[in-house]
Amino acid sequence: MAPVPFSVSAIRELFPALRQKVYGKQLIYFDNGATSQKPQVVLDTLQQYYALENANIHRGVHYLSQQATSAYEAARRNIQQYIGAKAPEEIIFTKGTTDSINLVAFSFGERLKPGDEILISAMEPHSNIVPWQLLCERKGCILRVIPISKKGELDLQAFEQMLNERTKILAITHISNTLGTINPVKELISKAHQVGAKVLLDGAQSIQHLSIDVQDLNCDFYTFSGHKVFGPTGIGILYGKEALLDSMPPYQGGGDMIAKVTFERSTYNMLPLKFEAGTPHIAGAIGLGSAISFLQGLDMQAAAAHELELTKYAQGILDTFEGLHIIGEAKHKTSVVSFTIDGMHPFDIGTLLDKQGIAVRTGHHCTQPLMDFYQIPGTVRASFAFYNTKEEIDIFVAALERSMQILGA
Amino acid sequence: MSIQVKQQEIIDEFAIYDDWMDKYEYIIELGKSVPTLSPELKTTERLIEGCQSNVWLATDIKDGKMQFSADSDAIITKGIIGLLIHVYNNESPAAILQAELFFINEIGLAEHLSPTRANGLLSMVKRMKTEALQSLAQ
Repeated sequence: MAPVPFSVSAIRELFPALRQKVYGKQLIYFDNGATSQKPQVVLDTLQQYYALENANIHRGVHYLSQQATSAYEAARRNIQQYIGAKAPEEIIFTKGTTDSINLVAFSFGERLKPGDEILISAMEPHSNIVPWQLLCERKGCILRVIPISKKGELDLQAFEQMLNERTKILAITHISNTLGTINPVKELISKAHQVGAKVLLDGAQSIQHLSIDVQDLNCDFYTFSGHKVFGPTGIGILYGKEALLDSMPPYQGGGDMIAKVTFERSTYNMLPLKFEAGTPHIAGAIGLGSAISFLQGLDMQAAAAHELELTKYAQGILDTFEGLHIIGEAKHKTSVVSFTIDGMHPFDIGTLLDKQGIAVRTGHHCTQPLMDFYQIPGTVRASFAFYNTKEEIDIFVAALERSMQILGA
Repeated sequence: MSIQVKQQEIIDEFAIYDDWMDKYEYIIELGKSVPTLSPELKTTERLIEGCQSNVWLATDIKDGKMQFSADSDAIITKGIIGLLIHVYNNESPAAILQAELFFINEIGLAEHLSPTRANGLLSMVKRMKTEALQSLAQ
């Protein structure tokens, strides 16, 4: 099916959440980095599943169970194709990015030895820091952190110097949730591979903005959350190269992940079920499949161009505000505008914007070490999706001016 | 004046604002008028770390009455602190422990005391009560 020409007004019609008012004002939703709104088609899929197709999968001989299993596996294939994975076995359904990273840290982490090094960057969110710290505590490994510049770009020279034969895994965000920086991941991946390290790419902020081809990127793992890509909460993906996943021990035990169970010992199921213990989030998986189909029907290139235009437009205006500092000025960045204002606390700005109907994120964005680096308590972050408009930015700017007036007076 | 009466006064004061922004403008003005804590009082023991904003609470007791002073890095939080201090100051520990805190809800600021908001205010109220309890025990 050829994608329909990109039209923001037509797309907005498909998202019921965008039509509502809050505090009597038209809602302006600029918190897409935290989670995206859901198109009607995803809501319909969830409703349809629970209304008519609900059954447990992989274990029933009856009609509904077979229908649900087919739909669940079709969603897996859909996601496989969307990110360019070789086989459906490489797509593991998880609870989300955090769960996916924990799975890798636990299961791949089993093979690590004391003194082995794990490389992350200074712009990682807590979800890509803490699982590795836990692994370091378990195994006596060393966590090393690639520094960044004030602009919010990785120090590539330092990165190369940190790589060595003890580096076992590079776990790095594709796009920073706080700064919007798009990291040069192909280069990072190929350099990490040269020392024999595996690479986990945290795609929580990239899957909804860029077209992803995991084979072209050549990453060993890629993770993302359903709810940030217009799908349901509680579902996410771990992509892993098949041979690698195959060589890893199970993460959690239970039904579905076993081949045969006796009290003496159990044998494990094949991929991908080896990593999907218990009844999975079936509705979530099917809902995520539906969100991915929705994206396939869009002109994603035009959508990305629109998002970039919004970002440039917003940054261009905010740059003229006295005392306002944009945090994250990488050359390659996505639709995130994080900022601080001299003498004003992000919480105060966020609260006043909220009362004017505008949803932004304030605080440390689950990147406390990054806030420490910039020596700020937090930022105000506006993050745009393809359904946002320049008119919304104009209203946001006026609301921000009013907030600053009240706070500064 | 009892805690009950002070709370009712605040509710009456807020009744004139039907616009959210006016209400917050008032809270912000209040926040600006609350005296700041001197730096030496802003110790780690007095710090209540929130996810969004930080609060420092200093406690004293004079003639059997609680004397709170507090500060925050966020001005809205500080404005609400000003209201809480007004309600609890010069009251006996027993009165503070017994009183139901209802004005926050009534003036539409319940969100600021919700556990998910994590601006340090809920923890501050809890600590005010703990301090009151401790002075009773002494």
